[in-house]
Amino acid sequence: MISHMRSIVARFVDLLKPLSTFYQENTVGDCCIRLCAIVYIDFQQTGTTREMCVQVPPKEVDVLVIGGGNAALCAAITARRGGATVLVVEAAPKFYRGGNTRHTRNMRCAHDTATDHLTGPYGEDEFWNDLHRVTEGHTDEDLARYMIAQSKDILPWIAQQGVRFQPSLGGTLSLGRTNSFFLGGGRAMLNALYLTAERLGVQVIYEAPAVSVEIDNGAFRSATLRSNGTDYTVRAKSLVAAAGGYEANIDWLKQGWGERADNFLIRGTPYNRGDVLKMLLDNGVLPIGDPTQCHAVAIDARAPKFDGGIITRLDCVVFGIVVNRDAERFYDEGEDFWPRRYAIWGRLVAAQPGQIAYIVFDAKSLKMFMPSLFPPVEANSLAELAAKLELPAEAFLKTLTEFNDAVRPGTFDHTELDDCRTEGLALQKSHWARRIDEAPFYAYPVRPGITFTYLGTRVDRDARMQMANGGKAENMFAAGEIMAGNVLGRGYAAGIGMTIGSVFGRIAGERAAQNARG
Amino acid sequence: MHAVDNLKEAERLMTVCNSCRYCEGLCAVFPAMELRRDFGDGDLNYLANLCHGCGACYVDCQFSPPHEFNVNVPQTLAKVRADSYRSYAWPKAFQPMFDRNGTAIAAVTAISIAAFILGFALWHDPAVLASNSGQFYRLMPHNAMAGLFGAITLYALLAIIMGFRAFWKDIGASSVSAGSGLTLWQATKDAAGLRYLDGGGVGCYNKDEKPTDNRRLFHHLTFYGFMLCFAATTTGTIYHYMFDWPAPYGWTELPKLFGIPGGIGLVIGPAGLMHAKLKRHPDMLDPARFGMDTAFLAMMFMTGLTGLALMLVRETAAMGITLAIHLGVVFALFATMPYGKFVHGFYRFGALALYAAERRADRPAKTIRKT
Ligand SMILES: Cc1cc2nc3c(=O)[nH]c(=O)nc-3n(C[C@H](O)[C@H](O)[C@H](O)COP(=O)(O)OP(=O)(O)OC[C@H]3O[C@@H](n4cnc5c(N)ncnc54)[C@H](O)[C@@H]3O)c2cc1C
Ligand code: SF4
Ligand code: SF4
Repeated sequence: MISHMRSIVARFVDLLKPLSTFYQENTVGDCCIRLCAIVYIDFQQTGTTREMCVQVPPKEVDVLVIGGGNAALCAAITARRGGATVLVVEAAPKFYRGGNTRHTRNMRCAHDTATDHLTGPYGEDEFWNDLHRVTEGHTDEDLARYMIAQSKDILPWIAQQGVRFQPSLGGTLSLGRTNSFFLGGGRAMLNALYLTAERLGVQVIYEAPAVSVEIDNGAFRSATLRSNGTDYTVRAKSLVAAAGGYEANIDWLKQGWGERADNFLIRGTPYNRGDVLKMLLDNGVLPIGDPTQCHAVAIDARAPKFDGGIITRLDCVVFGIVVNRDAERFYDEGEDFWPRRYAIWGRLVAAQPGQIAYIVFDAKSLKMFMPSLFPPVEANSLAELAAKLELPAEAFLKTLTEFNDAVRPGTFDHTELDDCRTEGLALQKSHWARRIDEAPFYAYPVRPGITFTYLGTRVDRDARMQMANGGKAENMFAAGEIMAGNVLGRGYAAGIGMTIGSVFGRIAGERAAQNARG
Repeated sequence: MHAVDNLKEAERLMTVCNSCRYCEGLCAVFPAMELRRDFGDGDLNYLANLCHGCGACYVDCQFSPPHEFNVNVPQTLAKVRADSYRSYAWPKAFQPMFDRNGTAIAAVTAISIAAFILGFALWHDPAVLASNSGQFYRLMPHNAMAGLFGAITLYALLAIIMGFRAFWKDIGASSVSAGSGLTLWQATKDAAGLRYLDGGGVGCYNKDEKPTDNRRLFHHLTFYGFMLCFAATTTGTIYHYMFDWPAPYGWTELPKLFGIPGGIGLVIGPAGLMHAKLKRHPDMLDPARFGMDTAFLAMMFMTGLTGLALMLVRETAAMGITLAIHLGVVFALFATMPYGKFVHGFYRFGALALYAAERRADRPAKTIRKT
């Protein structure tokens, strides 16, 4: 009876749908040539209807944006506000829209004063010094300083696009002054940007990867998208390439890392395969950034191959020791504070046999760090732990005994570089060294988790691509991960990926629209 | 799914969320979760009742279905919440009322209405049902009415208090003095304004990732409508006994001034909530409790509707039958109150009080762990 009533109401609601679709198409989407077929399927059986949208891209637009993350949406919104017709093509289905932006939590922007969400000022010079330090000088100073200056406007601008902020998350106090955290995280941020873009009349097509481009001597002519098995060619007056890096393309990673890349886990979207980057470079765009490097951290080895996101990270290296498959330590776990060291551990683990390692600690440390997705492997003795991890027991016990014997007495304090260290080992642990002797014993298996790649397209202050033959592209702009190597040639500072995307996305959108409107 | 499975899934999700924390700013659930590292049944029942089901953490989550981590906080907490109503219900013998709640409440209501019709007919000449005197008390003496409804209200109150006590104990509320005046005042403000039914500030999510939902408005209409109707009845009873001034009352008297807007709220509010429920993304609903939710909204709606109808037809021949239906509905409403969704308000209030206390104490409540 109730389900019957429900289906009657549902039917009624569905009957109104064509009307609302018609309304939306004719009032909002002035550049929309969306063909929506409302198909009623098995109404008798389920009492519900399903809407099937056959999305046909327009043959021509002013600005074509390839990609669907932060950089793409900032560009699309700005271009649309600049009066251009805009088409966004996203390779992923709607749920996975926005690549790695979905996984983010904050962005780093310069600001002069404390705000509701930021605990103090963060000036341009301080930002520049931080960037210079983490990149070890591998950055284009002019472009980087320009970006930092522009980042000041980004916070209010992006809030106007509907993105909301909150104070730094529990456990991330150290970023409370420099980084603005998105309320609800990166997917909430994207939802807001998409809502704004759609309201403005930006057309978005999902599951439509760009598969080829026609570029004529530095001038973009058209791109071909594949949607539902059909290829569509879209001509555009300007191109904004914002399709991310190529970290999900294992074959490409192998060019820098060899077969080891088979054991890498990709922290974010499986859709960032670098196809667009490759097409651009093949068509004479000037590359920038080290093609053999990528940002890699040590994440839980039990994480899925792709898209495990933030919750597979492990923050406990400093509390224990890390051994490889042969049960040997390979790096000073207590060298420096974790935020300064976490990004080297991906590469360290990648250099170990089998690209796997184990963080080992004991009961004392269990509650001292942020929890993560998988519980640690637990055992009542070190021998049992070795067995559970399938490590050579003898070597494992030897490493632990040697380590425990080498630990000097000290006062443990994980908030400072304390005096707990080892003495007499070939490989010391400089701080936070405590004996691993209190059952139960724990271990996390870890593998390299790839965050992003550095190779990209060279751009100028206008986000305009530069050509390998020395000229500038006529109508091609790039934003986000695909050009991050210009300012971030090495290393990483939390939140800068989003800053690069928003700043250059906004510039690219503006210039692309100007270019299209003559 | 079995209640134990729901708790297990909630425990898994709270561990996931605790290592992510992106939703921290959306509502009270996540900050309360962050105070804990592991989650006993009492903790989970607390968090589940703290959740208002706004849906924000579902559309904002990078791991919600179809992602393989399958993080669906609103649905899982809705299931645990509904299970908790059952497990705290008093006396235990009536807990199965929650299993097929829609049917059970519909049956009680039907029986109750029939009993009033039959009662009127047997008590008097059946013709009295069709009388148009406008005098309720000729059909049922005021003392009988007040006695019957007073008794069932007291019973409902007792049963709800017993259930609430079990909940309060289970969530460890006393360990952080959640019953203090300040925390209760904070909880009253949070509950009265439905602070956490707003998707973190932009409105609830219902059908998709656009915050387009008006559930807070409809909930206000329902809740305040109910309170106004309650006030109308209470003032009527006071007039009757203290001032010897029986019904009917004029349009400008308090019982009418409370009752009419209250009745209208009780009609529009539940209708709006039902409409939202039917449009809601199925991933965010607990399909097994569709009956419970619907029965609750239907009871509210019928209380309002029959009350208003009674006012309109009181001078006509339909008065007798309408009065019987109205009294039947209201009687059933009170009789089933401790065994249906009505209790959500009490548990939510208790959870909000504990949350306020935990914020003040900056530590989690101590719950009893069953091992
Ligand atoms: C787990 C994790 C956490 C992170 N946290 C932060 C953080 O807190 N702060 C921060 O600043 N940075 C963070 N980063 C880095 C950040 O995600 C990136 O710097 C940022 O998302 C880059 O934005 P983008 O728009 O250039 O690329 P993306 O957001 O990755 O978007 C690229 C888009 O292009 C689409 N695409 C790819 N190929 C094609 C094609 N052929 N055709 C059409 N579309 C295509 C993809 O589907 C995707 O939507 C994090 C990264 C990870 C993995
Ligand atoms: S619901 Fe998802 S995004 Fe929100 S805290 Fe939990 S895991 Fe993180
Ligand atoms: S549904 Fe809303 S109230 Fe419930 S946990 Fe999620 S954000 Fe909080």
